Amino acid sequence: MKIRVLGTRGSLPITKPETKHYGGNTSCIEVIQDDQLLILDAGTGILRLSKAIIAKQSEFNILLTHLHIDHIQGLGFFKPLFNASNEVHIWGPSSSSKSLRDRLNRYLSPPLFPVHYRDIPCKIHLHEISHSSFNIGKFHIESNYICHPGPTVGFRISNGNSVFTYLPDHEHILGVQGWDIDKKWISGIELAEKADLLIHDSQYTDKEYEDKIGWGHCTFENAVSFAERANVKKLLLFHHDPDHTDKRLEEIYKHLLNQHKINEIELPVELAVEGKSFDLG
Amino acid sequence: MAAHEIELILSRQLAESLSVAIFIVDPGGNLLYYNEPAEDILGKRFEDTGEMPVEEWSTIFKPLDDAGNVFPPEKLPLVKTLSNQKPAHGSFWIEGLDKVKRSLNVTSYPILSRSKDFLGAVAIFWTPEL
Repeated sequence: MKIRVLGTRGSLPITKPETKHYGGNTSCIEVIQDDQLLILDAGTGILRLSKAIIAKQSEFNILLTHLHIDHIQGLGFFKPLFNASNEVHIWGPSSSSKSLRDRLNRYLSPPLFPVHYRDIPCKIHLHEISHSSFNIGKFHIESNYICHPGPTVGFRISNGNSVFTYLPDHEHILGVQGWDIDKKWISGIELAEKADLLIHDSQYTDKEYEDKIGWGHCTFENAVSFAERANVKKLLLFHHDPDHTDKRLEEIYKHLLNQHKINEIELPVELAVEGKSFDLG
Repeated sequence: MAAHEIELILSRQLAESLSVAIFIVDPGGNLLYYNEPAEDILGKRFEDTGEMPVEEWSTIFKPLDDAGNVFPPEKLPLVKTLSNQKPAHGSFWIEGLDKVKRSLNVTSYPILSRSKDFLGAVAIFWTPEL
């Protein structure tokens, strides 16, 4: 199973020289096993999906963690949607009030988008998910709601050999008093348990988080603590804040390694870099 | 280890943040958690009691009516909510685990997920002097 990071940025896409290394596209991850492709989230990073990979597919699966704009804003520009011979499956969290179609329609319609959902040429299949378990080709996928404003799920994807967990927007620490709590009370923990790779929200420093409690995002420190508690094998810090330049991210990372005394042999931790790939086997 | 659904997790997180006494149960009625304000009323820390089956918590606190008679478990608001998945309200007395008798007002509501699954129930309670 190969994972490629197509977009690392949270909230807003950013294009300036100071963010070139870690990247400026918003959340999108490519997962490939043989010729089977999964696309996680449809931020602007979806536009980085390789033309060669797209050319091999006539059926696409886009798994949306939630419908905040930074996770869907690339959807309207995803070229396969405009090829009538394609089938595109969009998987998204169910809501108590509105269907997935109604919620996507709020974006894929004027005045926010010039093309109506109903006029998109490809055949679209919408799948509403919650605490769900399903297969797409060789992938087995589990989803469950996690702590973030609005209906939001995380994904656990396995191919029989390895496990990849994707929790890009996650404020599991909200209201939690200390880490000695029983694991079953930690949002997202079951999805992440013993994953070979965990991609997790780490938008804020501890100081920045003081003014952003309840916004739905995690600190670098708490992302590491979560990963340790879930016994994951590798952690990728994700959803970089638009204000964090490459230089600033590296300062934060260095401080994190020093402060947290992370044993890199037991838990390798990296900052997500746009374009970087991981082969999980 | 089966993790709790997010609705129960968020209920507990909210309970930890409030000064209102809160008691959380699963769909089978088993006590999952009560918060610090509830500890003051029930007379024992949650850390010491831990999770409890419904047969235990519905009697261990010795619910009584105004005349001092046993208050039937099936009339407890939380037990009603567990039975019909609707909010309920009631007043009665309890003898806490500290042997102190207290009058209680209790309101309970079901935790129903976005897909209408019944995941448990919450009771908030307070003594009349509050």
